[in-house]
Amino acid sequence: MQLITCPWCGPREETEFRYGGQADLAYPADPSALDDEQWARFLFFRDNPKGTFAERWCHDAGCRRWLRAVRDTRTYVFAETGPYGSFPRRSARPERSA
Amino acid sequence: MNSPVPPGAALPDHPDFLWRTPEPKPSYDVVIVGGGGHGLATAHYLAQNHGITNVAVLERGWLAGGNMARNTTLIRSNYLWDESAAIYEHSLKLWEGLEDDLGYPILFSQRGVLNLAHTEQDVRDSVRRVEANRLNGIDAEWLGPDEVAKICPIVNVSDDIRYPVQGATYQPRAGIAKHDYVAWGFARRADEAGIDIIQDCEVTDFVVDGDRVTTVRTSRGDIACGTVALCAAGHTSVLLDRLGVRTPLQSHPLQALVSELLEPVHPTIVMSNAVHVYVSQAHKGELVMGAGVDGYNGYGQRGAFHVIERQMAAAVELFPVFARAHLLRSWAGIVDVTPDASPIVGHTPYANVLVNAGWGTGGFKATPGIGWAFADTVAHGRPHPLVAPFALDRFVTGALVDEHGAAGVAH
Repeated sequence: MQLITCPWCGPREETEFRYGGQADLAYPADPSALDDEQWARFLFFRDNPKGTFAERWCHDAGCRRWLRAVRDTRTYVFAETGPYGSFPRRSARPERSA
Repeated sequence: MNSPVPPGAALPDHPDFLWRTPEPKPSYDVVIVGGGGHGLATAHYLAQNHGITNVAVLERGWLAGGNMARNTTLIRSNYLWDESAAIYEHSLKLWEGLEDDLGYPILFSQRGVLNLAHTEQDVRDSVRRVEANRLNGIDAEWLGPDEVAKICPIVNVSDDIRYPVQGATYQPRAGIAKHDYVAWGFARRADEAGIDIIQDCEVTDFVVDGDRVTTVRTSRGDIACGTVALCAAGHTSVLLDRLGVRTPLQSHPLQALVSELLEPVHPTIVMSNAVHVYVSQAHKGELVMGAGVDGYNGYGQRGAFHVIERQMAAAVELFPVFARAHLLRSWAGIVDVTPDASPIVGHTPYANVLVNAGWGTGGFKATPGIGWAFADTVAHGRPHPLVAPFALDRFVTGALVDEHGAAGVAH
């Protein structure tokens, strides 16, 4: 099992974490201004690279905080992990970064 | 599996002799990208149903060495929604005549599938799905735990397990087939019709003119094309990224494994979405088991051990007799998952590029059905009615085909 380094708890087993998909997706500044096409793109369309991918992970069974990771989707090796800095820590919807 | 014929007696010719190994021609009317089950079936039906034979199937590795070699070969059509039931039932009907159509043994064995229910909500959803299946003319029935035990005596239907079996849906016409033979059978017929199957030929890029792709760039040179038909499963995003076309596909590892060869103990197929395992026993005697996908995106054709561990725990609880079986090997395929667990088939923003993807964890059972319908789509340049509901634009219109109940964990 691979270890993932939580920025707050240190290296922990992969099973303590939950995957959150692509990182750095900004919630639309003015959602009601989007047309259906733009809304669909925000809601459903994500990058799916073969290689380096910036992702969100949540340390579910630990500090329960979100982190940002850069991982290679071919080898599954984590290049780096760090605090998910851009969203409010107590937000119920962490993807709504400004 | 109760046949008196020893395993291997009906083995077909070695695959080397089943198709040619041609050099790519400079141009084809149709270039199919992906030499797995879907690509080969599409090629076969293009020739057989539409007389289109100036076709190349490009495979970056070896023929049917991707997900076609890595799935658990389950075939069923008991999906909830009309759109899914239609395509999967069409496929199942083709499976029922496929051995004759291909003139090739595929060891198709209709041994039935039990989809176990472990909670009250499972029971309600399952009964609903049975009724929906019947309205669509699909064989389905609801069984209580005692009846489950009659069909598959090795399932633990007692009350003293973590998630007791409260019943199951049963589709008697469901079955398994020998995946390699299916691929070889399609390849052989396509080759006989004059279609070029070109292995070790990776598509690296496309040459675009306006809204058309004129040439496919490959590791074996440029190939001009009339229509491009993508059947690349987990690598579809990689190809479409080259064209700047975004899709909601996410590629995940999906693991499966087999035990050593055992005496026949398991007469049917058992699936359990709630405890994440599905099991059948292959013709030679190995238990074939699959799990849910690994949680993260991955192209590595391997997955995490804890996923297998969980899957084995579920299997041993449901089938105490498996406790002494040995795991022989495990592997992973790369499955392309969509937000509604239904495929994406049809047009792209490029006029002559058609896509067949997003079958996620359940593409094998669809092989003849989608080959048939996708070939029709390619031949006529418009979506066949069976695939029309699965167009990419459903994510904009909101007309999703939400099959998470029947497909989400385990196809």
